[in-house]
Amino acid sequence: MAFLEVKDIYKSFGKTEVLKGVSFELEEGQVLSIIGSSGNGKTTLLRCLNYLEFADSGTVTLDGNVVSDGKILKTLKESQIRENRLHFGLVFQSFNLFPQYTALQNVNLALSLMEKERAKKGMPPLYDKPSMEVAKELLIKVGLEDKMGLYPCQLSGGQCQRVAIARAMALKPKVLCFDEPTSALDPELTGEVLRVIKELKESEGITMIIVTHEMGFAKSVSDQVLFMVDGVVEELGSPEQVFDNPKSEKLQAFLQGLSVKEGK
Amino acid sequence: MGEFVDVSLRLLEGFSSSVIIFVFTLIFAIPLGLLIAFCSMSKFAPLRIVSRTIVWVLRGTPLMLQIFVIFYLPGLLKLFVWPAMNTGWAWFDKTISTRLIAALVAFSINYAAYFSEIFRGGIEGVPKGQMEAGEVLGMTKTQIFFKVILMQVIKRIIPPMSNEIITLIKDTSLANVISVLELIFWAQTFMLEGLIWPIFYAGAFYLIFVGALTIFFNWVEKKLSYYKV
Ligand SMILES: Nc1ncnc2c1ncn2[C@@H]1O[C@H](COP(=O)(O)OP(=O)(O)O)[C@@H](O)[C@H]1O
Ligand SMILES: [Mg+2]
Repeated sequence: MAFLEVKDIYKSFGKTEVLKGVSFELEEGQVLSIIGSSGNGKTTLLRCLNYLEFADSGTVTLDGNVVSDGKILKTLKESQIRENRLHFGLVFQSFNLFPQYTALQNVNLALSLMEKERAKKGMPPLYDKPSMEVAKELLIKVGLEDKMGLYPCQLSGGQCQRVAIARAMALKPKVLCFDEPTSALDPELTGEVLRVIKELKESEGITMIIVTHEMGFAKSVSDQVLFMVDGVVEELGSPEQVFDNPKSEKLQAFLQGLSVKEGK
Repeated sequence: MGEFVDVSLRLLEGFSSSVIIFVFTLIFAIPLGLLIAFCSMSKFAPLRIVSRTIVWVLRGTPLMLQIFVIFYLPGLLKLFVWPAMNTGWAWFDKTISTRLIAALVAFSINYAAYFSEIFRGGIEGVPKGQMEAGEVLGMTKTQIFFKVILMQVIKRIIPPMSNEIITLIKDTSLANVISVLELIFWAQTFMLEGLIWPIFYAGAFYLIFVGALTIFFNWVEKKLSYYKV
């Protein structure tokens, strides 16, 4: 049994069916990239995994435990959803940093609240050191040791996104999701963010799902690549299979379109 | 000189009534406005519709009219008995305290309606992503509201709130219509006696108060300028 098993996820908004039975599996420490053009349900899929949307049906199994089941999702209590959602982290396209807090406070806030709550409930702490120490170490890891005291409005887009990555890492999610982490950035800033994500894979071995339009990055960082069209998995395979030997015509057309755009 | 002192004392007395209306209106209208704002954003449609209709009426009719209604209507309908009075209809009985109370009630609900719209705009203006970022970090709804959303709302509502609050001190002069002994009431009394200058003197009271409020709000805005929302 795979570490993460996503099975037959369906999701509609009113009459619009956005996800029409999405399934994939991922081993621990592996990276899955999701590619495809806009409006095909990539964001919705990540939002379902993070309980920002409730899937209409389908199951998500993590480490052998069913963490999400479309049939009972809507009946779950707020507290149960909170507990399940902690298995996943999400890095947003638009960072969504808290503007009134410094980089360090952004990383520390949720972690410190969580540690307090765990102590109150008699649960072991997530870390054996103060949350502030953890936050500092995480910011050092993403290369921001000299920016800890700055507010989001004083940081560049790339630096904001690196803070957001550190913030998501702080709660030790088992699966970290990225929704087009570099799409809101100026081209010269995408490199630093992609480098950080790559380093996380190598040094932390964290399981990741990355929606991205950076094909070179997807090819080099991924263990699997998923091509999504109109709410279904059109093609799924190793980066070599997907990029060098695409079977589906839609994927061939998609890759063709990209290389034309990039002027190759 | 004796005249100046006499006028000063009277105007100060009037101004203290204006400030009482100002202060108590803020004390009542801010929490009431917050309550109305949450009702206006409720997912429960009947509550939301009732709340928004009330706001529409309170913002859509003159404050002066509302002051009249609150002062005269209970008496005319013989509805309320002011507890302090054993005989007669309290609000119909034109003692000063009941006038002031009627004015306070009218100002509080009227300003609560305006504040509620400012609060609602401030809360709804915080990007959804802030809430979602808190949620995926495992924070509870309460934690998200108090640790993430609130400070952003405060920053957003300070400019419109300072406008309303500055308007409020000037609006207290409307209490004059039910003969509350506020600043304009006294200035008017002197005018009827043929003294013109006290009305300008009264204006100076408002100006100085508004000036102080302006300096205060500028200071608050500056204090909060270390982040952008
Ligand atoms: N909250 C929503 N309400 C209605 N429609 C939505 C909502 N969220 C997404 N959609 C629709 O779902 C489709 C897929 O959107 P999305 O998951 O954002 O695609 P992608 O991330 O691949 O661009 C789009 O057609 C979009 O309009
Ligand atoms: Mg998207």
